Amino acid sequence: MIAALKSVEVHYARGVALGPVDLTLGEGEIVALVGPSGCGKSTAMRLLAGLEPPTRGEVTRAPERGETSLVFQAPTLAPWLSARDNVALPLELTGRPRAEARREADGWLARVGLSGSEGARPAQLSGGMAMRVSLARALATGPRLLLLDEPFAALDEITRRRLADDVLALWADLGPAILFVTHNVEEAVYMADRVVVMTPGPGRIAGEVIIDAPTPRPEGFRTTAQFREAAEAVSDVLARGGAA
Amino acid sequence: MTRLIDLLTPLALVIALLAGWEIACRVLAVPVYLLPAPSAVWTSLISDWQALAAAAWTTLSMALIALAIASVGACSLALLGGLSPLIEKAIQPVAVSLQVTPVIAIAPLVMIWTGLDHPGRAIIVLATIVAFFPIYSGAATGLRAADPDLQRLFVLYGANRWQTLLRLRLPSALPALIEGHKVATSLAVIGAVVAEFVAGSGGAQGLAWRIVESANRLQTARVFAALFTLAVMAALLFKLVDILERRLLAWWRGR
Repeated sequence: MIAALKSVEVHYARGVALGPVDLTLGEGEIVALVGPSGCGKSTAMRLLAGLEPPTRGEVTRAPERGETSLVFQAPTLAPWLSARDNVALPLELTGRPRAEARREADGWLARVGLSGSEGARPAQLSGGMAMRVSLARALATGPRLLLLDEPFAALDEITRRRLADDVLALWADLGPAILFVTHNVEEAVYMADRVVVMTPGPGRIAGEVIIDAPTPRPEGFRTTAQFREAAEAVSDVLARGGAA
Repeated sequence: MTRLIDLLTPLALVIALLAGWEIACRVLAVPVYLLPAPSAVWTSLISDWQALAAAAWTTLSMALIALAIASVGACSLALLGGLSPLIEKAIQPVAVSLQVTPVIAIAPLVMIWTGLDHPGRAIIVLATIVAFFPIYSGAATGLRAADPDLQRLFVLYGANRWQTLLRLRLPSALPALIEGHKVATSLAVIGAVVAEFVAGSGGAQGLAWRIVESANRLQTARVFAALFTLAVMAALLFKLVDILERRLLAWWRGR
C-alpha cells in the first residue's frame, strides 16, 4: 500500500464535496479515477497528496517528503524560468546543489523527448511540450506516488495519445504508483490496471473495472475487443452511478 | 505609411492650435502679461533655457530620490507582510489612510518637522508619501498573485516560507511590482511639483518655484516656458518608464 483513503469525507462551506470514499493504491499500481465533472476527483487527489485534510475518515500515506508528485491539467510552469530551471526547481528546493540539479533536469528533459529545448521558456513551448516539461518536473524527484489530474485534457488527440504511451513507458522504467484522474473513459481504460468509477457529486465509489492487459499497452490495443468491452463496462458503471 | 500619418496628425493639430493662438494674440492685441503669444514663450524658453534645465533637474532629482525611498520602504513592508499575514493586516489600514489623505493637507506638518530651512527635504518626504502607496499596493497584490497550483507544488516539495517567498511569490509579483513603480513614477513627479507649490519658498528652486515666482511678477511667458519644460520632462520620463516596463515584462514572460 502506498496511499489509502478510509471512509473519507470532505465537507466545504457549500456542502459535501466528497464521500464517504474508500480507495487504496498499491505500490507501482496504475489506478484511473473516472467520474463526471464536479464529483470530487480532484479533491480525492489532493487528499492522497496530503495537501488537504479530510473532514472525516482517515488518509494513510507511505511516501515521505518529496516522494509525491503532481501533474495538473495545465502545465503549471513558472513563466520566468527556463524548461531546465522549472524541472530543477523541486530538486533545488530539497537541497540539491544548483549545478547538479540542472544537470539532472537536462537528463529528465531528454527522457521526455525535449532535448534541445532546455533553455526555452514555457511561453515558447507548445501545449504538448509544456506538459512534457511538467511531467519531467514530476518525475525528477523520483516519486513513489505520481498523481495526474486530467493531464491531457487541454491537448489535441494525437498529442494526448503519444503522451499516454510515453507516461506508460516511463512508468515501466520507474515504477511509481500512479493515480490518473480523468473524465475520459477510453483514456482511463488505456492507462490503468484498475478503473475506479465515481458517482456525481458528492462523489462516492460507484464501482471498479479491472483491465487485465500488459502495460505498456501493445500496438493497436484500442481496437481490441478487450478494450471495447472494458470501456463499455466502465460506461455502464458510470451510467448506473447516475452520470449519464 | 500609417506610422507616418499617426505621427503627423497630432503634430498638425499642435501646429494649427499654436498658429491660431499666435494669430489671435496679434490680431486682438492681447496684453503679454495676460496671454503671451507662442513666439514670446519660445523667446523666453530660449533665453532662459539654462535656468529652466537646472530647475527641471532639481524637480526631477527630488522626484527620483522620493521614488527610490518609497520603493525601498514599500517593498520591504510588503515583503514583511508577505511573510506574516498578521503584519499585512496591520499595515493595510495605515497605508490606505495615508493614501486617501490629500498630500497638501499633510504638507504644513512635514514642513515643520523637516525644518523650514530645508524645503527640499519636505518636498522629498511629501513626494515619497505620494509614491509609496502604488508600490506597496502593487507589491502586496503581486505577492498574493502566485498560481495556486504552483503553490500546492511548493507545499508538496516541502519548501519553507523563505523558499516560497523568494522562489515563487516574489518572481510571481514582478508584473504587479513593475506596474506599481510605473504609476508611482508619475505620481512622484506630481507629488514633487505640488509639494514645491506648498513649500512656496525659493529654498528649493524647482520648476514649480519658477512658475510661482514668474506668475507673481506677471512674467507670463516665463510661466508658460516652465510649464512647457515640465510637460516635456514628465512625458520623457513616462516614455522611458514605459519602455522599461515592456522590456522587463517581455523578459519575465519569456517572449
